[in-house]
Amino acid sequence: MHTAILFLELGGVLLGLGVLGALALRVGISPIPLYLLAGLAFGQGGILPLATSEEFIAVGAELGVILLLLTLGLEYNADELVSSLRSNARGGIVDLVLNAAPGAIAALLLGWGPVAAVAMAGVTYATSSGITAKVLSDLGWIGNRETPVVLSLLVFEDLTMALYLPILTALLAGLTLLSGAVTVAIALATVSVVLLVALRFGRFIEAFVASPNSEVLLLKVVGLALLVAGLAQQLQVSAAVGAFLVGIALSGELAEDARALLSPLRDLFAAVFFVFFGLQTDPGAIPPVAALAAGLALISMITKLLTGAYAARRAGIGKAGRARAGIALIPRGEFNIVIAGLAVGAGVHPDLGPLAATYVLILAAFGPLAARLMQPLITSIAKRA
Amino acid sequence: MEIEQTALPGIGLKHEFTTRSGRRVGVISHRTGRRDLIIYDVSDPDRACESVKLNDEEADALVELLGAPRIVQRLNDLHREVEGLVSLQLAIADGSPYAGRPMGDARVRTRTGASIVAIVRGAQVIASPTPDFTLAGDDVVVVVGSPESTSAVAEILAHG
Repeated sequence: MHTAILFLELGGVLLGLGVLGALALRVGISPIPLYLLAGLAFGQGGILPLATSEEFIAVGAELGVILLLLTLGLEYNADELVSSLRSNARGGIVDLVLNAAPGAIAALLLGWGPVAAVAMAGVTYATSSGITAKVLSDLGWIGNRETPVVLSLLVFEDLTMALYLPILTALLAGLTLLSGAVTVAIALATVSVVLLVALRFGRFIEAFVASPNSEVLLLKVVGLALLVAGLAQQLQVSAAVGAFLVGIALSGELAEDARALLSPLRDLFAAVFFVFFGLQTDPGAIPPVAALAAGLALISMITKLLTGAYAARRAGIGKAGRARAGIALIPRGEFNIVIAGLAVGAGVHPDLGPLAATYVLILAAFGPLAARLMQPLITSIAKRA
Repeated sequence: MEIEQTALPGIGLKHEFTTRSGRRVGVISHRTGRRDLIIYDVSDPDRACESVKLNDEEADALVELLGAPRIVQRLNDLHREVEGLVSLQLAIADGSPYAGRPMGDARVRTRTGASIVAIVRGAQVIASPTPDFTLAGDDVVVVVGSPESTSAVAEILAHG
């Protein structure tokens, strides 16, 4: 009986997500905001609360985060990370300062305390590389000359995450200053060691993982990622970062094959993850923070526009290209929810979850739309100039 | 002419250059093997106004269309520039002693002083073939050299 209800609920949720995804595809927006809305509807205080499958969805959501970060890591190889770190450090730091500030300042002004400020800084900082990549390819911007600038900012952000997530995890664990510092030190050392190993000895890992059989390859890659993620979590480094680093260590054709094998799995569990975040959020808590979220979204849209304009100008891009670089950076999505999810799990502040959910709802939906709507405007600017 | 190469992390590589008439053209090589031919906007030179997706076969076809006539043209230019230099297009007969053997076996340059600069096989042009390139019947060998040396090559390819 229990199994029957579990299947009924899970099947209903996944089928519903599929229908929502089709709708998003038709309208031309990212499905992420719709998944979040679905989660809100299924959660406590929602329209159709789930009874038995929440436990499974919770585990599925954890897997979703691991797979999201693993496939993100597979997109890059260690050389690309290092070279983009070298050539775009300036733009990356401007990005970090300008876009972490709105969240951190908002949290401090609300009196949520320093830990919440660090978490909110992450929520407003990270651009969704998934949504941005999709915007770039949908609008045919991949060939544009500002696109390498945008991509290298995304790479910089992802690398920053590898350092930020361990720090946040340590802070959220509520450690004392001393043991917190020790944990952060361990975290940073681990990340640097893994990066170094990936750079120098990546081919040994690849030789171990490689297999002409796709089944073997899938099991090896997922197994390795989960093992490292678990180990990282044990060391308080954050499981997600462990998986990200495994992804970076693998490169070339192997990474290409692994990504193709993993992407259906990732799509399934990432959707579950967004639903789970929605589940944890009480829809009744959203209206009080809606205005705040909208204000924060507006401010951080402006800061991303400034970031894009600055970085593109440094690369010698014209006015229209600078505007496009900024617009491409607006969407927020998976990372912001991952960060907010960590903070919500640790019970930082009851309003943080609803605020982050609303914020991402706005920017994940509006980001791609903004790009589409602004395109003719930018073109006319360029024609006049 | 300067070709600019840019890495696109997570996507692949981009090569671009500006033509003498001021148009900017580029090619994106995706890691998946897909190629995009990019043409930039005149009024907004940072924007790709045209992007044409090419698969392997289409990219090859485009290369041939652009490349093959260029080789013939370059040969003609060479004639005009250097007096006394001729190029011959020699078909390899099925009975040729070199059909099915590496080109290096004929030791054309050592024996005659002429050079094999290209081989035309069907619609394909192989420019600057290496000595280990295996000749086949119906290949057309393009040789460049003095009138005597090129006719010596014709003799070698026909009778050994």
